[in-house]
Amino acid sequence: MNIPSLEIIEPGPLATVQDRGRPGYQHLGVPVSGAADLYALRIGNLLVGNDPFDASLEITLGRFRAQFLRDTTFAVTGSNSSVFLNRTPIPTWRALKARRGQTIQLLQTELGFRHYLVLGGGIRVPLVLDSRSTYLRGKFGGFEGRALKAGDVLHTGPEATEPLPARYPRHLIPPYSPNPQLRVILGPQDSAFSQRGIETFITSAFSLTDRADRMGCRLAGPPIEHQRAPDILSDGVAMGAIQVPGNGQPLILLADRPTTGGYAKIANVIAADIPLIAQALPGARITFKVISFHDAREIYLHKEFAIRRFLAGDEKAEA
Amino acid sequence: MTEIVTKPFGTAPRFNHCGETALSVELGDTIDLETNRRVRRLFGKMRENPLHGVLSINPTYRSLFIQYDPWECSFEKLVLHLEDMLRHEGDDEPEDRTVEIPVCYGGEFGPDLPFVASHNGLTIKEVIGIHCAALYHVFMIGFTPGFPYLGSLDSRLFTPRRDTPRIRVPAGSVGIADQQTGIYSVESPGGWQIIGRSPLKFFDPHDDPPTLLRAGMKIRFRPINKDEYSLT
Repeated sequence: MNIPSLEIIEPGPLATVQDRGRPGYQHLGVPVSGAADLYALRIGNLLVGNDPFDASLEITLGRFRAQFLRDTTFAVTGSNSSVFLNRTPIPTWRALKARRGQTIQLLQTELGFRHYLVLGGGIRVPLVLDSRSTYLRGKFGGFEGRALKAGDVLHTGPEATEPLPARYPRHLIPPYSPNPQLRVILGPQDSAFSQRGIETFITSAFSLTDRADRMGCRLAGPPIEHQRAPDILSDGVAMGAIQVPGNGQPLILLADRPTTGGYAKIANVIAADIPLIAQALPGARITFKVISFHDAREIYLHKEFAIRRFLAGDEKAEA
Repeated sequence: MTEIVTKPFGTAPRFNHCGETALSVELGDTIDLETNRRVRRLFGKMRENPLHGVLSINPTYRSLFIQYDPWECSFEKLVLHLEDMLRHEGDDEPEDRTVEIPVCYGGEFGPDLPFVASHNGLTIKEVIGIHCAALYHVFMIGFTPGFPYLGSLDSRLFTPRRDTPRIRVPAGSVGIADQQTGIYSVESPGGWQIIGRSPLKFFDPHDDPPTLLRAGMKIRFRPINKDEYSLT
């Protein structure tokens, strides 16, 4: 049933199999994992006709090369990229056909961190705790619990439906930026910070350090002042939560975050802007803009509406 | 729009936004058995009566963390549902098993045992005796897969963390950090004072359930020697 579809020639710095992750096991301390840029994963899957969260390849920092072992429908999504099929540049954010024997190559780019190579039928590796995502620290899930190596062969399921013929509308692609401004909702522990601490958070520019991985992004900037102590009674942590430990330097938590945390969370990045931080490279200048819960919800619903309208075939969908 | 987020604390729950796709409902401000029991009861109720659009539920010391899809379920609908569950809370204890954890103390398995003893002016034997005497409550599982947050450590064993964390602490290591004791469920870096190691497997992603311990369980440590360790 599962067919060998892609052989890795050069995996680059880090390539792993990811899907939506395992949100249902946090009560047992199992990190969610899954794609760092879930939006890019989901749209890639929808373009090639897969289920929205079928497993795909998360490719970090390019320098990736692989060969198709059969005629395959595929799409590449993510931030700005240089992608080639047999040395011919190809567009991203649209379903394409590769012939057996053709080689796909992603170059390292100045802009953008992670790309998703989505294959028709979805990548088939064994389900572990209901997910095909790789959790590298735990050495389980994905392809034998590890990053891909040269010579690995990925299998896919049968391509079920027709891919979408259209390119994904530009206005629905996240506005990836080398220096993103992230919209956030304050809380849940903003009261653990002094008024001055909140002002520092809102008005300062932070720099993304090189400690940026699938677990989270450490920022550096003027220290954010707590009211008293940075510790809280450990509680649950959302994707995009912004923790501030005692040194006042914020940490934005991503896919492989621990399920609980003991540092006060000053704010949470809204869902629409998580792709922007997931795709920011070390050195990026990061600023925050506080919006209300109600505005965040409007943005979420509006975006979801536009995606669903596009999928329903109404190309006039507006962002 | 009615403000339902911030309420003064009484017995009333407090609902906090964690972004627009998650919330936490806090049932108290302290680490105590009754609050934790209420959290776990609410967790059980929410699993028995799932609400469409809820993606995950994570019970912690005194709060329940819930992720949801705002397209499928509104914050307000979720709050009403939670309040309804709390109204019919009941008084059952969702999980009360006691698990015995064999531990080989000291030696290569517990390199920091001498430090914990000298720091507290105790003999090694006394440290082991005190550590094994208590019944520990698993308040929550978190941090790494299967890692139990335990209460409460006897104050005679309080010991600060190591100045330099270890790069690799083996799975099953039993440690002390300040006022806490715990078990490294998986191999990870860590700064706790390691006093022993258990041969039990605390996390296996291919097992069902994947963790040995769950919130609400009680555990008791039992000292074993090296021979017993290798036989387990």
